[in-house]
Amino acid sequence: MLALHQLVIVCLAYVIFLFVVAFLADRAALRGQGAALLRSPLVYTLSLSIYCTGWTFYGAVGYAARSGLEYLTIYLGPSLVMIGWWWVLRRLVSIGRSQRVTSIADLISSRYGKSNVLAIVVTLMAVIGVTPYIALQLQSVVLSISIFAVPEAGGTPNGAGFNMTQAAFWVAAGLALFTVLFGTRKLNVNERHHGIVIAVAVEAVVKLVALLAVGVFVVWGLAGGVGDTLARIDASAIGAWEVQGSRWAALTMLSAAAFLCLPRMFQVMVVENDDERYLQIASWAFPAYLMLISLFVVPIAVVGLDLLPAGSNPDLFVVSLPLSQNQNGLAMLSFLGGFSSATSMVIVATLALSTMVSNHIVMPVWLALWQGGATQSGDVRNVVIRARRLSILIIMTFGFLYYRASGGGGTLAAIGTISFGGVAQFLPALMGGIFWRGATRLGALWGLGTGFAIWFFTMLLPSFGVDAALSRDIFEQGLMGLGWLRPQALFGIEGLDPTVHAVFWSLSLNALAFLVVSLLTFPDPIERLQGAQFVNVLDQPSASRGWTASVAGSEDLMIMAQRILGAREAQAFFEAQARAQNIPGQLPEPSPAFVQALERELAASVGAATAHAMVSQIVGGTSVSVQDLLAVADESAQMLEHSSQLEQKSRELSETAAQLRLANEKLTQLSLQKDAFLSQISHELRTPMTSIRSFSEILRDAARLSAADKTRYASIIHSETIRLTRLLDDLLDLSVLENGQVSLHFGQGNLQDVLQRAVTTATAGMAGSLKVQIAPMAQDVLLNTDLDRLVQVFINLITNAQKYCLSEAPELTIAARMQRDGLAIEFVDNGQGIAVDEQAVIFEKFYRVSGAQGDGAGLGLAICQEIMLRLGGRITYLPNRAGTAFEVFLPGSVLARHDAEVALSPAS
Amino acid sequence: MAKGPVFLERRTYRLRRMMDAVKLLPLLGFALWMVPLIWPLPDPADQTSADPMPMSMALLYLFGVWVFLVFMGWLLWRRTAGKMGASGTASSLSSRPDEQG
Repeated sequence: MLALHQLVIVCLAYVIFLFVVAFLADRAALRGQGAALLRSPLVYTLSLSIYCTGWTFYGAVGYAARSGLEYLTIYLGPSLVMIGWWWVLRRLVSIGRSQRVTSIADLISSRYGKSNVLAIVVTLMAVIGVTPYIALQLQSVVLSISIFAVPEAGGTPNGAGFNMTQAAFWVAAGLALFTVLFGTRKLNVNERHHGIVIAVAVEAVVKLVALLAVGVFVVWGLAGGVGDTLARIDASAIGAWEVQGSRWAALTMLSAAAFLCLPRMFQVMVVENDDERYLQIASWAFPAYLMLISLFVVPIAVVGLDLLPAGSNPDLFVVSLPLSQNQNGLAMLSFLGGFSSATSMVIVATLALSTMVSNHIVMPVWLALWQGGATQSGDVRNVVIRARRLSILIIMTFGFLYYRASGGGGTLAAIGTISFGGVAQFLPALMGGIFWRGATRLGALWGLGTGFAIWFFTMLLPSFGVDAALSRDIFEQGLMGLGWLRPQALFGIEGLDPTVHAVFWSLSLNALAFLVVSLLTFPDPIERLQGAQFVNVLDQPSASRGWTASVAGSEDLMIMAQRILGAREAQAFFEAQARAQNIPGQLPEPSPAFVQALERELAASVGAATAHAMVSQIVGGTSVSVQDLLAVADESAQMLEHSSQLEQKSRELSETAAQLRLANEKLTQLSLQKDAFLSQISHELRTPMTSIRSFSEILRDAARLSAADKTRYASIIHSETIRLTRLLDDLLDLSVLENGQVSLHFGQGNLQDVLQRAVTTATAGMAGSLKVQIAPMAQDVLLNTDLDRLVQVFINLITNAQKYCLSEAPELTIAARMQRDGLAIEFVDNGQGIAVDEQAVIFEKFYRVSGAQGDGAGLGLAICQEIMLRLGGRITYLPNRAGTAFEVFLPGSVLARHDAEVALSPAS
Repeated sequence: MAKGPVFLERRTYRLRRMMDAVKLLPLLGFALWMVPLIWPLPDPADQTSADPMPMSMALLYLFGVWVFLVFMGWLLWRRTAGKMGASGTASSLSSRPDEQG
């Protein structure tokens, strides 16, 4: 019999041996030696064997002893997945390589638009789902140790002097320490940790050899050959096929799903995959491994049931059977096999989980809390290492707590199925993500949430036993007294096996929620692009994603590498690379090979995705992520909008400036006009004033003046004052009219009469020879307007004709005619007209036609224009007539009402 | 649809059928391993029911299927490995038109 301390020493020696193996493998990889072995399909296949944990090693025999061949389902599912590598795994591995995923959480979040929420959800679910599995490893190790501890008690684990919980604690602590030392010895996260892979491969061989050795011993040593063994099997308690069909199918599918979704399987199968071709080799080699490892399970169970005393724990037959036959060496080998199974699983599982926890939970939180912290040298590295170690400890603590909570009483197989059920919830989101472009982030979240909640309620909580996590009432009456919410009979469907029940409902409702929500929601652009890349991953040429690092500055790369790797390591790496490029002592050229190597080096510290992003920032160019592109697009869209806004503003400004310029011009013009007006006024005032002054001086100073002269001079003064008065009257009139202060006195009158009055007034007292003709009108036109003002306009026009018509026989014709919209009265004389360039200015104040005689101040037409404006009409000069022609237009509104119908019909 | 010649030379044709076999093998395995669903179960209430499947037979059948699948996988790997990448037909074999959506 072996003593406990011997066992501990052997364990330690075994661990040290693994350490050495891992160390040598790491060193060989660093030196570039032994690549043929390190990256061989054999090692890949063997590393897959972490699927076979302590559950397989101990639990399968116990499972077989209790339920016959049902244990096989756990291996048939993965075998089918491997044999069907062409359908799913090939796709997953391609995606894993092209997207550089670091974990299953990374893959799912990356597929659904790099959603961190999804990554956190998947990580938490994985941690919760795998916790029972880790507890299971603790339990298996503790159970196997307990056998050695109390051999006298006949293998029952309840012997005196051995505290199971304490032992579990020490095993957990030891495994945690082991994993921390082993897994984070170097900050080696996702890319090929050769040390661990080799150690896992060695352990895979150890556990297979151990189980085969025990099997061979049992079949040929105890049972007496194959035939006898088969006979013994048929004669035993499990001698007939009695597996329920539903459990057979459900468990096969569950194990297949879990094989794809378990974080540690994903780690070795996808992340650690060196070469896609290994997949096809593993597609037959790994099923062969599974077949061998489960080959002797039934014989061992049957012989164990035969030979060992009743009540022995069948989970421990693998160790207790050789022990009972005093095969201490074989028992020790078997124990080491189980120990290997448990430790390798725990190491890889906690590594995978801690990667997820630190990458998706701790790092984002840390980066959010200490902004800018990542720029300090070495910081990132320490934080990542600490986050990983902390995560490992937390996960191990969870496992231990679960072990304590479940009381260590459950059979290994039951605990394992619970864990499988939890991680299998990833399946719809995973499969939908790689096969269906329509899958959306919200769909994945809803599916995962639904499935996980059902799993939690129907599988995990009941696993603690009745009245532990869930009260008996809930088991019998349902949650909150709702009968359809009973954890083992959802929707009132009873009679199903609890495992089948939980798996069926959680997975089917999960898939349903995922599909329905995906159909109803719309993915954002990154999601759609990622979806297209994932689903069409096989259509894209699988060219290596090398950098064309022509512009990368080696110095920038050096600075970044120092930040992450630490100064010394980065310098050593750069020196080695420079030596490899035959330029020792300088910075290496940024060749694609060098940048690739650097990226791998960085990826080992901060994860592939981060490393890739960092290198691409500096190298630029080849592989820009969709998010980068979108960010750039967003930015340029913003800039475009900004510039268009600027453009509009500048257009508005220039418009305003033009308006201002215009206004300024007007003001200048007005000012000029005012100046001209003032100078005109003063000129107009000065001329009569000058003559008044001179003649009044003559009258005052001249001593002798004839009476006739006196009269003449006085009358000149008189006429000049009249002229002044008239000028001032005109000015006053004009200013009144222009300011709109004029009050119109409306009255009615016949046009003919008005014209006659004007002609009479204008020609009275004039010595002129102007002959005025008024063309006869067809009808009387009655006007309703300020007749006095109108007469004033007419008088002015007639007077102008008198003054300026230089014809020998001056003649003015006045003709009125009705138009569609009013009345037009033409004043046409037979003079020479007004020069074209003067026509535009004759209505200006003080303008007098050049060369004109006469005494007008040049205000007449200006006044006429103002009056006509007030009356609602207009006065215009008619060009292209024989003489000077003006037209006075009166709108229809001034025509008196009873003439309306006449006015509207054009009169000839 | 992937464009290509309608008829292939014999070797390429054989390779494609090998790949078809690779794809179909898991379906065959699933079908064979689900055969136990139709085996009779022992019914304690009914003594006259058919004899349950003896354990040794079940064991031999299931492991027989296993060995067969492993052997077929190995055989297909020997026939198809390497040629896929070398002849460049991998992409045309793997491009499935129904995924273009």
